[in-house]
Amino acid sequence: MRLFLCVLLMVGSFSMASAEEIPEDPLGSIQWDDMVRAYLSEHKVVFDDRVKVVAPEFAEDSMNVPVSVDASELTGIKEIFLFAEFNPIPKILKFYPEASKAAFSFRFKIQQASPVRAAVLTNDNIWHVGGVWIDAAGGGCTRASDDRLAGDWADHLGEIYAAVWDTGTVRRTKISISHPMDTGLVAGIPSFYIEEIQLTDDAGKLLARIEPYEPVQENPVFTLDLGKNGSINIEAIDNNANEFSARIVR
Amino acid sequence: MRRLLGGLVLFIFFSQPLFAAKFDYGLNAKPVADNTYLFIGKKEDFNFQNGGNIVNSGFIITDEGVVVIDTGSSRRYGEQMLAEIRKQTNKPIFKVINTHHHPDHFLGNQAFKPAPIAALKGTVKGIKNSGDMFAENLYRMTGDWMRGTEAVVPDITLQPGIEEIGGHELEYIELSGHTGSDLAVFDRTTGVLFAGDLVFHNRTLTTPHAIPEKWFVALDKLAKLPFKVLIPGHGEPVSDLSAIEQTRDYLRWLVTTLENGANKGLSMNEVMQTEIPARFAGLALVKSELNRSVVHLYPGIEKKTLHKLN
Ligand SMILES: [Zn+2]
Repeated sequence: MRLFLCVLLMVGSFSMASAEEIPEDPLGSIQWDDMVRAYLSEHKVVFDDRVKVVAPEFAEDSMNVPVSVDASELTGIKEIFLFAEFNPIPKILKFYPEASKAAFSFRFKIQQASPVRAAVLTNDNIWHVGGVWIDAAGGGCTRASDDRLAGDWADHLGEIYAAVWDTGTVRRTKISISHPMDTGLVAGIPSFYIEEIQLTDDAGKLLARIEPYEPVQENPVFTLDLGKNGSINIEAIDNNANEFSARIVR
Repeated sequence: MRRLLGGLVLFIFFSQPLFAAKFDYGLNAKPVADNTYLFIGKKEDFNFQNGGNIVNSGFIITDEGVVVIDTGSSRRYGEQMLAEIRKQTNKPIFKVINTHHHPDHFLGNQAFKPAPIAALKGTVKGIKNSGDMFAENLYRMTGDWMRGTEAVVPDITLQPGIEEIGGHELEYIELSGHTGSDLAVFDRTTGVLFAGDLVFHNRTLTTPHAIPEKWFVALDKLAKLPFKVLIPGHGEPVSDLSAIEQTRDYLRWLVTTLENGANKGLSMNEVMQTEIPARFAGLALVKSELNRSVVHLYPGIEKKTLHKLN
């Protein structure tokens, strides 16, 4: 019986390989092939050093793991997709650079040691992948957020904080939205998280778009490099249809 | 590489008893003043080899009995400490003192029961709230060295002030900064100052519960005491202000680095890339502790640079 299963699995993987080759994972993760099948299988996948993912080797605070992505050496970027395959919810965030630099930072919750990867989809329909391992004592996804524990999250829900720094060719922009970002993995607390953040200029042109998932940190802070000039309109919506908006006047 | 490391960790885990025979911390009571002894820990982070022997603990032999200051990272550490104390004296344990609520300073408490265990009010609360979680973490980081260890909450709330014990005049000084509740014990009779983790020496300070502005105040107060020997929480004892100054210098650089980074709009990872000045090259674990401190302290500092919009 076991032999039969093995043969079946081998046949399965051969046929997969002929459809679209899964490149061997430089990080040596046993979950890599499954991630490709789950999220990236529609397009060709390549590992690409131009996709730079930076994170500390060890997650000191599993509810607050800083990750930075820079894919600005690539052109024609449609989407940047972040995931951590050993997280119970692997999807972390999607970033659509639109008119901003393809580089951003934020923090997320990690459940156990895992690679964190950025898959960058370009106009020629190729996923360019980069990533690093993060070691972790763990538990970030199954612990209640600090404001949940403090009980005062509702007083601050949807408050938006921001600042802009002019740094040469781009505007460094930090945007923080008060939100518990509940994963739904803590008993008695359903998932409750910001689903989309849109940044537009005064003409309504998209500057950048972010689709967070549950593992993004509580009260997330996004560090972005937007184009020059003009005000920035921030519109966000969570999975309970709460809408939050604010405007950075410039 | 990761697979290899994983294998290595497993290997170490299973073969641990071969080289860490009987989980012997190799504690050695070093005399530092009259009736005063010290166990000096390694300048390392917790790992499977050191079993948590990374901290300084000490004891004073008075006419009324032994005063123990901090009890190490596990039940085994406390037991081995007690065995070493017994090589110096048969006097009863008069009192055990925990300087603050970090696990390497109180998880040996078990070994000293039924002796009274005393700590500042805030420290008692911290051990009550987080003691079990700390013990669990240390199991993960040091393995079987922790066997049988349970957090024992101090049963006496220590009042700041002076207590005369068997010919030693002990001054309990309530401070904060390394945590919300830090005790320094100054033995006015011998001039020995047990500074707890308010002072680190040639080992980078740690900040999981730090309040830097209070820490500076605490260092100023410690610097004014007429001590002859200062026992830092981690690193070798000193007879001058050098360890206090080193702690203050690094803490000031750390806070300035974080504030400058936040004022420039840097992300956490960008701040972690900051070049470390050459004068701190001799501080053990400086790179990894900088990364940890950024995680602990940067969110609060960063938040101050953002403006509320709605
Ligand atoms: Zn400490």
